[in-house]
Amino acid sequence: MTRIRFQKSLDDLKERLLVMAGMAEQGIQRSIEAYSTRDLSICELVFRSEPAINRLEREIDQMALDLLAMEQPMAIDLRFILSVIRINADLERVGDQAVNIAIRVREMGAFANTELPVDIPKLASLSSAMVRKALQAFIEADAEMAQSVLLLDDQVDEMNDAAFYALSSLIKEKPDLTPQSLNALMIARNLERVGDHATNIAEDVIFWVHGFDVRHNPQRVE
Amino acid sequence: MGVGIQVENLNAWYGTTHTLQDINLHIPANHATALIGPSGCGKSTFVRCLNRMHETNPIARTTGVVRMGEVDIYKGASPVEIRRRVGMVFQRPNPFPTMSIYDNVVSGLKLNGFRNRRVLDETVERSLKQAALWDEVKDDLKKKSGASLSGGQQQRMCIARALAVDPEVLLMDEPASALDPVSTSKIEDLIFQLKSEYTIVIVTHNMQQAARVAENTGFFLNGKMIEFDSTHRIFTNPRDKRTEDYITGRFG
Repeated sequence: MTRIRFQKSLDDLKERLLVMAGMAEQGIQRSIEAYSTRDLSICELVFRSEPAINRLEREIDQMALDLLAMEQPMAIDLRFILSVIRINADLERVGDQAVNIAIRVREMGAFANTELPVDIPKLASLSSAMVRKALQAFIEADAEMAQSVLLLDDQVDEMNDAAFYALSSLIKEKPDLTPQSLNALMIARNLERVGDHATNIAEDVIFWVHGFDVRHNPQRVE
Repeated sequence: MGVGIQVENLNAWYGTTHTLQDINLHIPANHATALIGPSGCGKSTFVRCLNRMHETNPIARTTGVVRMGEVDIYKGASPVEIRRRVGMVFQRPNPFPTMSIYDNVVSGLKLNGFRNRRVLDETVERSLKQAALWDEVKDDLKKKSGASLSGGQQQRMCIARALAVDPEVLLMDEPASALDPVSTSKIEDLIFQLKSEYTIVIVTHNMQQAARVAENTGFFLNGKMIEFDSTHRIFTNPRDKRTEDYITGRFG
């Protein structure tokens, strides 16, 4: 009973999740490109891709549910499917963050393009790198790589905090820039959430590979 | 009440075949302990060593210590006494076909010389209630033969028969593998209830069943016990790769 069909189904599930990951990552890239260029047509691309991400989320959940019900997986296979279900939800939320950013960029389009004291592309680059690394760890079943993602989250949080203070000061100093500042603040917050989702994905990879639940644990993996 | 079982360096042979090799484990009292492993791995031989049934085969022999409570079952007690203290339920229900339900349940007691009608009546009622069969058969105890019951009912009657002699340990060798899902569920519920009064050791090929009913699980392979741990640990994150490969179906 080598369960060849079951192993093939697990491979299919992983493949579909990676398609989902590609779409979510692309959403973030596009929304930041829209921010940098203020090109609203790119925002439209982000909005149009969201239903596909939602469809894929349901499809992956259904595949996972079927495998749980029909194959009754154990041990590493059970942990894999549980991780896929969680990662799927996080990727869908990454897609949502891309949409939220695109909405903010669209709103910013109504105002003059002003220099703001926050480096959104840098923050985006860091949080996207976290997502990519977490997914690479998932592809390679590499818990050490996943562990390194957890360490990056502090940097993203610090950048988000710095953006908060800089933009709140700007609002006090130049109230006429409040709309742009608030939108940038929200985008920074969205990117910080992307970092959190990457952290969740990394924690799920560690759970899958080693069986340790490192969520909400300051010591992480021993 | 159930009693704990301590197994030390247990080895068993059939002729020249070394079927159990250096088994060491502690089976805690009043818990259900599941034994899993591929066919021929030694798990059934192991349970047969716990009530000295293994030695009924003329070419079989054992070495090592099996301590039930304080008693070394190979040195401190006779096989008959051990089999009274250790009940056994087999894969296929084995009622005495010509006996009534009543006589099936008390057959062990009668063999041990009990004849008092009141004691026998009370034992039949208690055992059948413990086996969750009383309500279904109480009106036909002496009218129907044990063999006329459904497969699931027969298996519960065999459990009642094992309980009637008031054992401390109940060995179950794939007790539900020949039963439908409803009967299986009843047996599993029963195991869950019985472990407050008995120590239960269950051999099963159904890993979901082991996960459902047992607090601890041992994995046997090629006559060796590869891993023994909490059932939760075995089925979510076993320590040994061979255990993981077996329970995930990568070999077996």
